[in-house]
Parts: sequence; structure tokens; C-alpha cells
Amino acid sequence: MRTLRVALATAVATVGLALAPSVGGAATHAAWPVTVRAANGAVTITQRPTRIMSLSATATEMLYAIGAGSQVTAVDKYSNYPPGTPRTSLNGYALSVEAVARYRPDLIIVAYDPPSLAAQLATLHIPVIYDPAAPSLAVAYHQYLGLGAATGHLAGARAEVARLRARVAAIVRGAPHVPVGTTYYYELDPTYYSVTSATFMGQLLSLLGLRSIADAGGTHVNGGYPQLTAEFILQANPSIILLADHGCCQATPSSVAARPGWSALSAVAARRIYILPDSIASRWGPRITILLQAVATDLRRAFG
Amino acid sequence: MGPGPRQGDGAGPPPPVAVARPVLVALAVLVVVTVVATAIGPADLSLGTVVRVVADHVGLHLPGRVSAIDQAIVWQIRLPRVILGGLVGAMLALGGASYQGVFRNPLADPYLLGVAAGAGLGATIAIVSASRATYLLPIAAFAGGVVAVSLTYLVGVRASGYATSASIILAGVAVAAVFTALQTNIQQQHAADLQPVYSWILGSLSVATWSDVRLIVPYVAVSTVVLLGHRRLLDVLRVGEEEATSLGVDPRRVRLTVVAAATLGTAAAVSVSGLVGFVGIIVPHAVRLTTNASYRVVLPVSLISGASFLILADLGARMLDAPAEIPLGVVTAFIGGPFFIFVLRSRRSRQGTL
Repeated sequence: MRTLRVALATAVATVGLALAPSVGGAATHAAWPVTVRAANGAVTITQRPTRIMSLSATATEMLYAIGAGSQVTAVDKYSNYPPGTPRTSLNGYALSVEAVARYRPDLIIVAYDPPSLAAQLATLHIPVIYDPAAPSLAVAYHQYLGLGAATGHLAGARAEVARLRARVAAIVRGAPHVPVGTTYYYELDPTYYSVTSATFMGQLLSLLGLRSIADAGGTHVNGGYPQLTAEFILQANPSIILLADHGCCQATPSSVAARPGWSALSAVAARRIYILPDSIASRWGPRITILLQAVATDLRRAFG
Repeated sequence: MGPGPRQGDGAGPPPPVAVARPVLVALAVLVVVTVVATAIGPADLSLGTVVRVVADHVGLHLPGRVSAIDQAIVWQIRLPRVILGGLVGAMLALGGASYQGVFRNPLADPYLLGVAAGAGLGATIAIVSASRATYLLPIAAFAGGVVAVSLTYLVGVRASGYATSASIILAGVAVAAVFTALQTNIQQQHAADLQPVYSWILGSLSVATWSDVRLIVPYVAVSTVVLLGHRRLLDVLRVGEEEATSLGVDPRRVRLTVVAAATLGTAAAVSVSGLVGFVGIIVPHAVRLTTNASYRVVLPVSLISGASFLILADLGARMLDAPAEIPLGVVTAFIGGPFFIFVLRSRRSRQGTL
């Protein structure tokens, strides 16, 4: 968390290094209305929003990171970061439009778009930005800029994107060189759901020179999140094991080592099993650098 | 358990049926299926390796070396999964056949009285509870299943003052609806856990271990002994409840015993496998259509064929999209549906209904 604060301070200092504008309509963000492109098409916001509702935990983190936090008046129950967000009991996956309307939002951000939600909200004349889980860093950056333009914080968004780019580059530069062919098994849950290198997480990890064992079945199988068979994991014998199911399911290096048959794995023998903060690992917001740094540190322990 | 005429539990001698041949054929199929499913897997091991590992564990030391990983793949991962699949399939098929007999309803499956809804609720609560620990899941699922069926039985008896099969089935519908509603609501409130909940509901043997096998063997054994022991009484029940009563059989007692035994076994099975669908309906009917409608044949052959069917379906779950898994429930329905239609078409001239 300290790292983040330091990083944010750096971001404020580097506001000048903004990127070329790639978002429609907002070279100077004082000019309303603005139109931004999101996954639900072009969204027009007629005036500066002051009652933003975020039903996406990642969007909430992004909004606060770009300086739009003071305009956010309600967030869903999963938006637990940064501390002090105006959390409600709303659940972005089971929404009642009336419950949403009660908060009188003037802009809504969702990461999940059930079939009729946007249409219903349109009848209330509330603009909805649909930013689903980003498939790549580039899309995450694009979402930042869209949120920046929509909330009047384009400069803040550009600064945050620049900070993330710089930080990612610095972590990758500072990471140890892993041996060629280093593979990982990334565990999403104790029934062996994993990620391929084509997913957001897989792309981050490939920046560090790692390859997922799940790629063997094609990187786009099951949307990049296949459930692997145990015997395949054993035969693939990954160089390291990354546990993203400690918070949810209490997986630990010792619980993995204790699984029948798993003691034969070289990652178990060499103790190359690492716990990742899973509350961060499922989001594509400002804290991806914390996750990336954690893996880089694990790699230094493993190969440094 | 040999064939031939025998006195039938004081209920008048049911006509003799040939049991030995279908049982032996089903056993032969089970042996072949088990060997094939043990030999094949996403980890591309040679047959020699598999044979060496298995031989090693039964005390035969064959020449040649097998790496520690290959050892583990065969003995710790693949074999317990095959055995667990066999136990679960056997239990679900036997439970389904028994339910069909005791309720004289061709659509009855072991989930009829709410064991699936109850186990689903228990499993969902275990999955979403803050301190989610994997060892709690089977216990919660088992408890949920047993509670739901007990409730069904109590409500069914209370509602009519007399436990008719119709009142019990209707009570089962109501209890299952309430438990499913609770389960769905909890699941929607915990969107982050949707994936594991859905995986469980679709059924899977992906994390099968020997300890799962040890966990359910006692329940499956007791349930099997009780249910097979009722095969003649179920034949008597086929003529109708009143006629059975006049022959000295108490349909309520038979029903209570069969429901209790099938529930214990089914709840144990689904607690480790999730809600594998279709086995309990398709296997007994396929057995009926290909052999004989007598429960003295249907029960033992369903038990054995249920094991073969689920082992084969799980082989599909492991292999069809390797190295990724396909939900087991998807495979059972996808293979089972067309197979069942085939059996139905090819045997429709034969007498083989309930």
C-alpha cells in the first residue's frame, strides 16, 4: 500500500507526460458534452458527472486513481479499494434498476451488462459505461482514458496510464532473467481452473518471460480459463506454481505439497510455490503493478 | 445371488428370471472399461508405464523404471478418479432404479426427493462462506442432501396423513423448489463464487483422491446391500400397492427403507462428485430395455453398468478437450441422450417398461 502511495505521488509529478489523446471529443475536458467509446458503443455524457455510481470494483479503483473519487457517490459491495469508498449493498451481478435509481446517479459504470440493464437505465436517461474485464493492458489503458474523459479527469487518466506503463516497464527491467522455457501453473481455484498466456494475467506474466502450462491446449480454449486435469498438471511439471486461491480457498504451498501425487512435482521439491493476492489478481486496475512486482520478487527468490 | 427359482420373502414366489448372464456380461464390460480408462488420459503415458505402476502397487515388480511423476499420475490421480467415478455411477444408477421401483414412476431418479437441491444448497453455503475450506464441502453437501430428503418425507407423511407415493413425490417437488431457491439466491449474492458453484452443480471428478474413495465406500456399501436386498420386494410392488399389501408386503415400510438407503448412498456420492445428472435415469432404463424388467436383474445390472457408464463419461470429460476438462454432467447428458434414444429405438418392440 505504501508503494502505491509513492507511485501515486510519482504519477502526480508526471502529469506532463500525457499520452496522445485516443478518446473522442475531449482534448480539453471542460467541454461538455463528451462522447466516449466503451464496450456498449458510444456513450454521451452531457455534463460533468457529480453522482457517479460504480458497480465494478476495478472501475472504482480506476476512478479514484485518476482523481475522480470525490465525484463517486455510490459503489457496489465488491468495491473494497481504496479504503473509504461509499460502499452499498448493491451487487453488480444481480441488479434492480429501481435500487440503482434510488441513488440518483448521473453516470453508471458496470463491468457486467445483463441483457436489459442498459436499456432500462437508458429510459432513466442515465448514461452507462460498460467496461468489462480487460483482455489486455492496452484495453485497460483505454478504459482509463474513457473514464477520464467521461468524468473530466482526462489529464489524470493519462498520467495514471503513463505511471502504469513506466512502472510495468521498470518491474520487467528489474526482474531476474528466468531460464528459457520457464513455465507456470496459475491456480484460480482448487479444482484446477487456470489461465493461458492469452489472458490478461497470462500477458502480464509473459512480460516476465513466463509461459503457462495451460497453453498446451491452445491459448483460447475456454476463453483462456480452462479447467486443467490434475494428471496434465503433473505431467507438465511446471517450473513454478502461482496460487491465486489463497484468499478464497486457503490454498497454501503446504496444502499443495500435501495433495496426493503432487510431491513429485519439481516446483514442490524446490519450494517454488507462491501465494498471490487474489483480491488484486482478478482486477485490471491500478494495483496490477503490485501483483506484477510480487511475481517478480518470487522469481528472484526462485531463480535469482 | 445366483439365478434360479427361490422363495420370495414370504410374498409368494415371483417367477424365476435369469440373472447370472446379464450380470456376467455387465461385469465383463466394467472390467474392459476400467482397464481402458486407466490406460488412457491427458498425460500421454505408455501402456507399459501404466501396467508397471499398477503391478508395483499390487506387489508385482516388473522390470523397467518409472519416474516419480508418472507413478503419481497413474496411482494418485488417474486410478482414484476411475474408481471414484465407478462408485458414484454405480450408486446413482442403483439409487435411480430403486426409486423408479418404489415410486413406480419411470421418471424417478435419485434426485427426486430433493437430495440434489439439498446437497446443492449445502455445497453453495460451504463454497461462499468466508472461511472456505475444501474439506467442508463434501460434509455440507451430504448434510444438505440428507436434511432435504428427511424434510420431504416428513412433509409428505404429514400432508396426507398417510405416506402415499404421490404425496411424497409432491412434497419432494416443494422441498426441492425451496432449497433450490435458497441456493440460487445465495449464489447470486456471491457473484465472485459463481464459477466453483456452477462447477459443482455440473458435477466433476477433477479432484478425486483415494480419501474421497474411502469417504464414500462405507455409505455406498451399506446402501447397496440394503437396496439389493429389496430387489424381490420391488418386484412384488410392481403389481401395485394394494396387490402387494394383499401379498403381505407393507409398501410404506419398503418405501421408507429404500428411500433411506438410496438417500444415504446418493448424498455420499454427490458430496464428492457434485450433481452428475442423467445416470440415475438412463442406466436403469437402458438395462430394462436390454435385459429384463425384473428388479432382480435391473438392480444388480444397473449397479454394475452405472459404474461403467460414469467411468466412460469421465474418460470423455478428461480427454475430449484435453488438457482442459469438460463438466461431467455435460458429458453424461451428451453421450447418454443419443445412446438412450438408440436403445429405445432398437428395442421398442420388446417388452421392457416398468
